[in-house]
Amino acid sequence: MKLLEYQAKDIFRNYGILTPEEQLAEDPSQAVKIGEDLGFPLVVKAQVPVGGRGKAGGVKLVKDVKELENSVKEIFGLNIKGCIVDKVLISEAIPYEGEYYLSFTLDRSRRLPLIIGSQAGGIDIEEISRTKPEKIEKVEYDFILGIKDYDLRRLFNKVFVNIPNKSSLFSDFSELIKKLVLIYYNEDATLVEINPLVISNNKFIALDAKLLIDDNALFLHPDTKSLRDKIGDETLQEKMARELGLTYVSLDGDIACIVNGAGLAMATMDLVKYWGGEPANFLDIGGSSNPEKTLNAFKIILTNNKIRAILVNIFGGITRCDDIAKGLLEAIKSLNINLPMSVRLIGTNDEIAKELLQNAGISVFSSMDEAVKDIVKRIKEA
Amino acid sequence: MSILVNSESKIIVQGITGRDGSFHTHQMLSYGSKVVAGVTPGKGGTEIFGIPIFDTMKEAVKNTQANVSIIFVPERFAADSIVESADSGINLIVCITEGIPVNQMLKISKYLSINTNSRLIGPNCPGLISPGQCKVGIMPAQIFKEGNVGIVSRSGTLTYEVVYNLTKAGFGESTCIGIGGDQIVGTSFIDVLSLFKDDPQTEKIVLIGEIGGDEEEKAAEYIKNNISKRVVAFIAGRNAPPEKRMGHAGAVILQGKGTAESKVKAFEEAGVKVADRPSDIPELLK
Repeated sequence: MKLLEYQAKDIFRNYGILTPEEQLAEDPSQAVKIGEDLGFPLVVKAQVPVGGRGKAGGVKLVKDVKELENSVKEIFGLNIKGCIVDKVLISEAIPYEGEYYLSFTLDRSRRLPLIIGSQAGGIDIEEISRTKPEKIEKVEYDFILGIKDYDLRRLFNKVFVNIPNKSSLFSDFSELIKKLVLIYYNEDATLVEINPLVISNNKFIALDAKLLIDDNALFLHPDTKSLRDKIGDETLQEKMARELGLTYVSLDGDIACIVNGAGLAMATMDLVKYWGGEPANFLDIGGSSNPEKTLNAFKIILTNNKIRAILVNIFGGITRCDDIAKGLLEAIKSLNINLPMSVRLIGTNDEIAKELLQNAGISVFSSMDEAVKDIVKRIKEA
Repeated sequence: MSILVNSESKIIVQGITGRDGSFHTHQMLSYGSKVVAGVTPGKGGTEIFGIPIFDTMKEAVKNTQANVSIIFVPERFAADSIVESADSGINLIVCITEGIPVNQMLKISKYLSINTNSRLIGPNCPGLISPGQCKVGIMPAQIFKEGNVGIVSRSGTLTYEVVYNLTKAGFGESTCIGIGGDQIVGTSFIDVLSLFKDDPQTEKIVLIGEIGGDEEEKAAEYIKNNISKRVVAFIAGRNAPPEKRMGHAGAVILQGKGTAESKVKAFEEAGVKVADRPSDIPELLK
């Protein structure tokens, strides 16, 4: 789960990391009031769960109330990569020189967390590593020793290479790193990022903040979990699925897919594409064969008004095909479904399931390719 | 021959009295796997399907000389169950449980490598099966057939799909292993490939990967330098959007890394054929 900037900064401040004076505004008049209280100059920053908001006009520097009013008007309601801005952060504009990058993150490949620092902050780390890899320094975290001092000095000297007389900053830097590590472990993060990190009046300040929390660990952090609804990174269907305990990812196409298992669900959407169709979603109904889950899956896909056909692909193991068939028939009856549908069922109790469905006039396939070809053909003929 | 498990493997089920634990214990027994004990704290001294239940792994191992364990314990307690199993001297630990926090797994994989000789498979995996000999997992046994194809996969049902296609085409399997769909798993593609390389029963290998991480890229490099047996790969998630977790905790393209494109390219450069569809795999394996 990726937190919004203001949510991440609230957590940063709890750990003593400095940020500019700032407050969240959820409507334009509140934004202006906060601005008048804070004093000028200020920065207005759209709070959206996607990158690239600066380029999209979601960040503005303002010098007085007039400019603030205008910017706020422009930014609220702005569409940034499909996200409509409904929250802005009003932030004190502080003077500083130089922008740096600092993060503590899981390195999946090395199977340990790393500190990553760069003298080129303010741009995406992805872009830094592509265009200026020589400006990046990495330090591995050791599970027994933590961060070694000599590594920390190497990182410090590399990141702040352009600052003369920087030695007075070292102890603050070392403290800052400790705070990042603490946040990472205490909050079960997989990324704690400050970008840009700036130095203002000899103090390290986090101008922006990014925090990725491990979804698997949210059960340990009810407070963080409750922030989810404010983030706005989910479509209606994704939110519904999460609340019902299923996994759904929205895509752009018109063929709704209902599959058991994540790998098979990915392979199914790839196969739809292979045969010339466009999948509307990824949906994994999981391993149990509770007919309720099948019914819920249909409830979710039907809220997407772009869908024109339905593909069901079940490989029965623990999941019993006859249970899926019963859930499916119940869904057709109670939800009044009249879209073209192709069903592929194989594995445990598939014969019973086929009979149930064929009696109801639904085409059932044993092969995944045949089911996909059938539905793609029918959608093209329709 | 097969790898990791065979008809002599003695298995303990951790969390044997739970819904999934008891159901799959029954399934494993029906397959002929030697389940010799179960562990559920507080239920020591009782029995299930005629199998003794112990409170701790130490007691269970001492009384049964088991060498394999399979974990069905809920995610809150599963990490501790892995450690308990390793500390009791179990060689092969299979963790079915999904949802263990990744930072716990980081520490545990480090702990296992420093303090124990145990191998962990999973978490968030379907387990493994050597057809005709032993099943330590949750896969539907009827689709498997003894044979010469080794299968290693990050997925569950997709593996069944591939096995179904292989069996239909007349192939059988030496051992089929699901290594798990999480970001950090105990046994990697390379670990399994190196075992298949030395296993005389395994003549061909199928690798089923998916988006996220760089394990497939590393595996491709390993195959190029070490494996002369035929390998066919399949990668799921070619059309997955970036930054979205596709069901598995590990199936996510982050900051442009972990795309299907990169993995397919790595395999092709290593001379490994990549199937466009699961149903293409048998033909490429011939």
